[in-house]
Amino acid sequence: MPGMVATNAIDRALGWARKYSIFMYPFVTACCGMEYMSVASSHYDIDRFGAGLPRFSPRQADVLIVVGTVSQKIAPILRRIYDQMAEPKWVIAFGACASVGGPYDNYATLQGIDRIVPVDIYIPGCPPRPEMVLDGLMKLQQKIQEQKHPLVELSNVG
Amino acid sequence: MSAEELISRLVTDLSDLGLVCRIDKGHAVAEVAPSRVANLASALKSQADFRFDMLMDLTAVDWLGKRSPRFDVVYHFYSTEHNHRLRVKAMVDEGAPVPTLTSLWPIADWFEREVWDLYGIRFSGHPNLKRILMYEEFKGHPLRKDYPYDGRQPLIEETWPVRRLQVKMKEGEVIHRP
Repeated sequence: MPGMVATNAIDRALGWARKYSIFMYPFVTACCGMEYMSVASSHYDIDRFGAGLPRFSPRQADVLIVVGTVSQKIAPILRRIYDQMAEPKWVIAFGACASVGGPYDNYATLQGIDRIVPVDIYIPGCPPRPEMVLDGLMKLQQKIQEQKHPLVELSNVG
Repeated sequence: MSAEELISRLVTDLSDLGLVCRIDKGHAVAEVAPSRVANLASALKSQADFRFDMLMDLTAVDWLGKRSPRFDVVYHFYSTEHNHRLRVKAMVDEGAPVPTLTSLWPIADWFEREVWDLYGIRFSGHPNLKRILMYEEFKGHPLRKDYPYDGRQPLIEETWPVRRLQVKMKEGEVIHRP
């Protein structure tokens, strides 16, 4: 099957550990931020998925969640934050603006954050309902579980 | 004062400024030459009959290809004392400066920076006339009618493979640039 990788016991153990201890970096720029707050609050409770701890430092985060419109002006800052995050790292594009620029096809708006950082999960909607966000989060957890988790990055071994 | 009363008072009290006044949908509108904006504004603020103590908005209109001079600079004044409003318009040509109102209403500082940023209209005497919304590297003034609405100027290289979509509307006109 395409997209499947052969995993061993270590990959499965590390994947299980990582998918239930997601530390999110919320890069919140616009109205979708309210929706993110709804997901984080008690009614929908993102903490049930082990993703309840927002870390406001890229050094301590696994998942960069970009919530809201990203303008050309702030794009370099988003790129720098992504670069400062330690591997392994994943990216969620939250809402239509972060995914494709949303309704803003104009001079000011970046047409989707995938032009500057690689994106794992796109959550559509304007704004996405909390159920959709949780669905996207579960998709990301599935992706983390099924991927390889090398203990040593072979490309970095001289 | 009603709009009609305000107009008549303006015409009589400030006859030396050459105002062209009218009522537009119930609002008082006064057109003035850009060189006289500062005189008009100080009179509007200081005279007891008017006492316009708030500059609600300061913006511009681009009439490219429809009229010369090209720009309108539009001021919206409000008086908290008398509860009346006035819209002042000044026709400005491209490159011609307009006197700043920062000494009368401090908010004019940011309003004028916005108009400079988006329309490219200079305000002479402004203490700090630099861009306020766009970044310093941005070339041009995006709310001018001759600026392409999707003329994006990225600050960093887009690393992801972006499909170059080009839709031809008329011969030679590309509406969607990468």
